[in-house]
Amino acid sequence: MFQTIMNFLSLWALPAIIIVILTVALFKKVPLYETFTDGAKDGFKVAVNIIPYLVAIIVGISMFRASGAIDMLGQALSGILNTLKVPPEVLPVMIVRPLSGSAALGVFSDIAHTLGPDSYATKLAAVMIGSSETTFYVLAVYFGAIGISKIRYALIVGLLADIIGFAAAILVCRCMF
Amino acid sequence: MNYIFYGLIVISIIIGAINGRLQEVVNSILTGAELSVKVAFSLIGIMAFWLGIMKIAEDSGIVNFISKLIKPVTKRLFKEIPEDSPAIGDIAMSVSANALGLTNAATPIGIKAMEELQKHNKDKSTASNAMCMFLAMNTAGFQLIPATVIAVLIGIGYKNPTEIIAPTLLVTTIAFISAIILAKVFEKFWTPQQDKTGGDT
Repeated sequence: MFQTIMNFLSLWALPAIIIVILTVALFKKVPLYETFTDGAKDGFKVAVNIIPYLVAIIVGISMFRASGAIDMLGQALSGILNTLKVPPEVLPVMIVRPLSGSAALGVFSDIAHTLGPDSYATKLAAVMIGSSETTFYVLAVYFGAIGISKIRYALIVGLLADIIGFAAAILVCRCMF
Repeated sequence: MNYIFYGLIVISIIIGAINGRLQEVVNSILTGAELSVKVAFSLIGIMAFWLGIMKIAEDSGIVNFISKLIKPVTKRLFKEIPEDSPAIGDIAMSVSANALGLTNAATPIGIKAMEELQKHNKDKSTASNAMCMFLAMNTAGFQLIPATVIAVLIGIGYKNPTEIIAPTLLVTTIAFISAIILAKVFEKFWTPQQDKTGGDT
């Protein structure tokens, strides 16, 4: 029952938003087609604007991943996680998550396939992925689109929030599973 | 940001050399640069679509309506932004789109919100407090339905994939609220924006 409602919601959220916006605009006599194309014009400009920022961040992160630094970071942190009874498989999820969304999803699928649905590691990783965001990518795209290079405390806050989220995930999962 | 950029690249090269993976590190420059352009270009179409839809939403007064609806909350979070600015409505729509897992819509709308926030920014090359607050809410990754994760779980034959929704919701709420509190705390103690000698990280 719950799952049917969830599926229904995720299927209809987007179409519903579009229908509401267009219908309200039609009643308000907004010239739909002209307004749409006028707004859409900026799409290309925005995408091109973010390229330099994306190159800086994505190249940096690709190099970092290729260097094997993530494995070394994992070894350094494994002591702390052992005392918290966190399965070692989950560690790469936490390190990769703020850096790359697709890589984190890849690591998660790997855990899910090798350890199976009943393992604690799969559930913990699922909660971690579902409750966090690719901090570096979001910052590069959003600030890049408007040409801001001095981001002040935005990255620190984003990363601290990720760490708090992971800690909360460990705590909640230990109580629930 | 300067130190982070330097650190990422120099540390990667040094660690790559220690691990004997220097060739992979060098190769990753090319693949990373290619990937960046691919990501940017894959955004063009969907970005144009949602910027078009958002322009309609703005002209028909929907964005304004949402801004008024959430005014009591945003007044405290985004002090520098005038209450009637479309930025507030854009922020609300972006956060809602993220919460529903509509990433394709959330990014263009979020960028639109950033453009509106930039209009109220005193120094166009430095992030304002309001921008940092908005991005704190964004990077915390508040989500009601973790659709991709559930899809993977269904794929491996997880019998009851929706059982992770409740813990995820709890954790994501904790992270979201902490991000907002952290942004407010840092706003108080970080070098104010006008001072161009500091605050570059």
